[in-house]
Amino acid sequence: MGEAIVITSGKGGVGKTTTTANLGTSLALLEKKVCLIDTDIGLRNLDVVLGLENRIIYDIIDVVEERCKASQAMIKDKRFDCLYLLPAAQTNDKSALTPEGMIEIISELKSDFDYILIDCPAGIEQGFKNAVAGADKALVVTTPEKSSVRDADRIIGLLEQEDIEPPNLIINRIRNHMMKSGDMLDIDEIMQILSIDLIGIVADDDEVIKATNHGEPIAFQPNTKASIAYRNIARRILGESVPLQNLDQKVTFIDKLKKVFGKN
Amino acid sequence: MNYIAENEQPIRIRVELGNRYISTQQEEKLKEMFANQQNFIVDHIISNVILKQTALDWKDDTAIKLYNKIIRSGQVLNVIGDLLLIGDVNPGGKVVATGNIYILGHLRGVAHAGSDGNKSSVIAASYMSPTQLRISDIISRSPDENAGGMMECGFIDPSSDQIIMDRISHLARTRSDLSVFERRIING
Ligand SMILES: Nc1ncnc2c1ncn2[C@@H]1O[C@H](COP(=O)(O)OP(=O)(O)OP(=O)(O)O)[C@@H](O)[C@H]1O
Ligand SMILES: [Mg+2]
Repeated sequence: MGEAIVITSGKGGVGKTTTTANLGTSLALLEKKVCLIDTDIGLRNLDVVLGLENRIIYDIIDVVEERCKASQAMIKDKRFDCLYLLPAAQTNDKSALTPEGMIEIISELKSDFDYILIDCPAGIEQGFKNAVAGADKALVVTTPEKSSVRDADRIIGLLEQEDIEPPNLIINRIRNHMMKSGDMLDIDEIMQILSIDLIGIVADDDEVIKATNHGEPIAFQPNTKASIAYRNIARRILGESVPLQNLDQKVTFIDKLKKVFGKN
Repeated sequence: MNYIAENEQPIRIRVELGNRYISTQQEEKLKEMFANQQNFIVDHIISNVILKQTALDWKDDTAIKLYNKIIRSGQVLNVIGDLLLIGDVNPGGKVVATGNIYILGHLRGVAHAGSDGNKSSVIAASYMSPTQLRISDIISRSPDENAGGMMECGFIDPSSDQIIMDRISHLARTRSDLSVFERRIING
């Protein structure tokens, strides 16, 4: 039986789609069978980030409305045989997707896949409700900005009302020099407010944007800061204990973070 | 009954009912009777007994409600009586109580004590850096550059009618009477 994980944030543009694509790639590198579901109806992106846009024939709405089977709508990745994408619809027929529809699709996929990663749209409306409906776990993505942390907090509050495990946090787009100078919230401050477990930190890295534009997730590259970060998160999802990357933070930071993970 | 001269000052009286209970309507009627028939004005009607319901309401009003959770952005916790919160109130979160608010945690959001008008309510927190404090209908927002303080308490300063802050340990001097049920019973 596979596990369904929703990647969500509240605020838009903080890196949900990037995270979904890269965790999917990283889990595939670890030879897990993974299905990515794009639930951002009308604003689909995940196919572009994975470079699979030109292969789409059916989408998730076609599956819900029974114009095709889930297996027909799924697209196999170019690079991995064990990575699949169930794309969102690009029409504005948003109401066709319901929590019940999602639960049905996900429970069907669970027998075939180890991991099902659900890319959630921004906001707390119907799209969010659909995306979390079938999930067993949640990853909340935030950037080190007040507004992003505020929205993450809102989302965590909503997730606590759902029947899923306590969410884990990913802090994305960390700019070390700004954290040091106090122009960005530091990891400690963010953790104090959100008080959930941290599963990874990802540096702000131009390579991410370059890779996205080439339709090839950064996690595929051997040694950029961001690719290592995503692969580490994937290993933590599998239950391995991997120390957090040293983004050249103060020593006390790292110590505190280790504590969060119960390492050492 | 009519020996009191018309122009004499009315006499203010206090009616003691002993262990009898009368309803509000009966009370009105009693006052009316005195006012019409004689030159008396009823100041107080005192009874040794109250309705069970009234007692329960008072108890609810003064009981401490314990919660153990984080109030996150967008969430509102409303209580009747005093609130004891073990956990933080995050920015964008709000706690409201008709009585006092005590927070064993970090107050970063909004707290509103004495929400139905009790100006003697207080707001205390282990770590105080609220976006806004409200007591009764008085509002104070945090200074824009606020580092926050440990073990602080906000209350209305009667002379200025503004919310001021002090250390929790000083509270005993100004508020030795933090809403106790017995006090309510004695004073009505
Ligand atoms: N670690 C990073 N370093 C640099 N750029 C990043 C990083 N993570 C994301 N980005 C960039 O930020 C932008 C937004 O990312 P993404 O589309 O993943 O966000 P999203 O949360 O899915 O947005 P939406 O809410 O619109 O769905 C993209 O241009 C992406 O390339
Ligand atoms: Mg997206």
